Amino acid sequence: MSTTYQIVVCGGIVPDPLQSLEPVTGPAGPALKNEMMLPSVLDPWAWHALFEAADLAQRHPGSKVWLVSMSPKAKLQQVMMGLAQKAPFELVVVDGPSSGFADAGETASALAGAIQGIPGLDTSQLLLFGGWQSASRGTGAVLQMIGEILGIDEQFQGVDKLTVDDSGGLEILERIEGGAWQKSCCAGAPAVLGWATGELPEPPNNPQIGMQNMRAIMPALQQAKPAALAGDGLSYESVESPKQRRETRVETDMDADAIADEIAAWLKA
Amino acid sequence: MDTKVLWIGFTDDSGAFAKSALEALTAARTIADGLGGELVAGIIGGAAETALTQIGGTSPASVRTVTGEAFSTPRYKTDAAAAEQIAKAAEAGIVVAAAGSRFSRIAAGLAQRLGGAVDTQVTGITAEGGSLKVARWFYRQRMIGTIERTTRPWVLSIAPGSFAACEEGAVEATPLEAATDTRTTSLGIEAGTSGAQTIRPDADILLVAGAGWTKKQADGEVHADVASELILDFVETNRASLGSSKSMVDLASEGQAVLPFLTHLHQIGQTGSSPRHAKGLATCCHGEEPHAVGWRFINERRAINTNAACGWAQGKADVLYVADAFEVMRKVNERLK
Repeated sequence: MSTTYQIVVCGGIVPDPLQSLEPVTGPAGPALKNEMMLPSVLDPWAWHALFEAADLAQRHPGSKVWLVSMSPKAKLQQVMMGLAQKAPFELVVVDGPSSGFADAGETASALAGAIQGIPGLDTSQLLLFGGWQSASRGTGAVLQMIGEILGIDEQFQGVDKLTVDDSGGLEILERIEGGAWQKSCCAGAPAVLGWATGELPEPPNNPQIGMQNMRAIMPALQQAKPAALAGDGLSYESVESPKQRRETRVETDMDADAIADEIAAWLKA
Repeated sequence: MDTKVLWIGFTDDSGAFAKSALEALTAARTIADGLGGELVAGIIGGAAETALTQIGGTSPASVRTVTGEAFSTPRYKTDAAAAEQIAKAAEAGIVVAAAGSRFSRIAAGLAQRLGGAVDTQVTGITAEGGSLKVARWFYRQRMIGTIERTTRPWVLSIAPGSFAACEEGAVEATPLEAATDTRTTSLGIEAGTSGAQTIRPDADILLVAGAGWTKKQADGEVHADVASELILDFVETNRASLGSSKSMVDLASEGQAVLPFLTHLHQIGQTGSSPRHAKGLATCCHGEEPHAVGWRFINERRAINTNAACGWAQGKADVLYVADAFEVMRKVNERLK
């Protein structure tokens, strides 16, 4: 049986993981030093979710993928220049903060509003994808809350594999404790899947897909509705980087036997 | 209501609580005492008889249970329904549970249903004078923030290893009913690694294998088979947990002849985990900040690699041995047998 899906991937942008980050206190609360200058990438787990969504849509003709992102639109545009060449999708933009210090509930509310505003979206076919945590706030909360707002109460987190069986059942592997997966079967859409790393490698750049995507991305960025998060009820007493620097003893002249003796003694202690 | 603290625990297959659940109960008791409020408890699982003997040490004022076959396996819909029933019956201002996979799957959904707020992976609590502040990490363990909220209910998940487990003791409970309809069927558990289990959250030692294990050695050849043998020998002999850098895992997923037992589940750092172990030994790793993120909660850290100027040496490890890891680990394994 052929099943079609409407796949909505939620993903914000985060500073490139290789950048050093330093917290500062701004007029609106905590922020990152030189935040607007830091190079950004799509959140790593949302990145995996997008590729899994594109792959699923390709295997189920008639399916469609939307990427819904709340980010400062100028920075999002930079990220899209590279991302657009990876997979076909339609972008929906909420022009708002991508800060890890924003409230998860307010972020979820803004994103759910944007999803509800997608013309013709059929929630009975909806698979809501995203990262199981972000690399910024890292609460793993936003996707769950969007699911609740949209009335989707079949949810899965830490997903590494999704297989659709002949009857349209979704067989899902979720990460659990001890390096294992919980295997579940959900009787079709709608469902929420918060992805971990999945199984797919990064797709190669495809300039044709890039040109096709960018035709719709630029208008989407221009039409982005602003979202001002009030931060009601949330306050930060402090945000700081851990300062402890270890006094590293560097052993360059010990032979292998002496090193092994020392490590064995340390491990036994 | 604002000072009433509800702790929720999920029982495992044996009907008992994992250590992390009892640690979260200590956190809940700490909050209740600090706020001058009442501690109440909720239990969800297949059965609660054994679990009821584990939580009396914290003297909860009441205990509510939602049990039965439908709640023996973790599923969002049934777990969220059970937690919602308990939370609404308890009318608590603060809801606390361990940040295991089961509660993490529903924590934010529960907050949304209760009209409250959520903060996860809490590592510290300050509760005094009617005020509650919690500490948690941001940007993948790069910075720690202390948060206060006026929104109630406030749902908190407690990171494992952040508190001591509570003392045991028996309590009595009141059973509740919750909806059991769901479109999801549990099909069981799959091991994440082939053969020996190499991820052990309760291990004292974490061995981190870096990409250097798969590079050409002094003889100009790659010795991935020898590396596999040395690493697995160490892990099994010492009941250690095995972690890996992203580059190492990516090589494996690209089908190159590397270390076949490594999966993304082993990955530590930016897009992996930040495990908690007493000691960590990094071998052939050359990462800087992204790998240091994975080591945030390792108490004692040592590293072996061939580069004295490696990022590990820059204040992140206690000792850096500049040596051939193949030779050293073979000798370490001999000494630990």
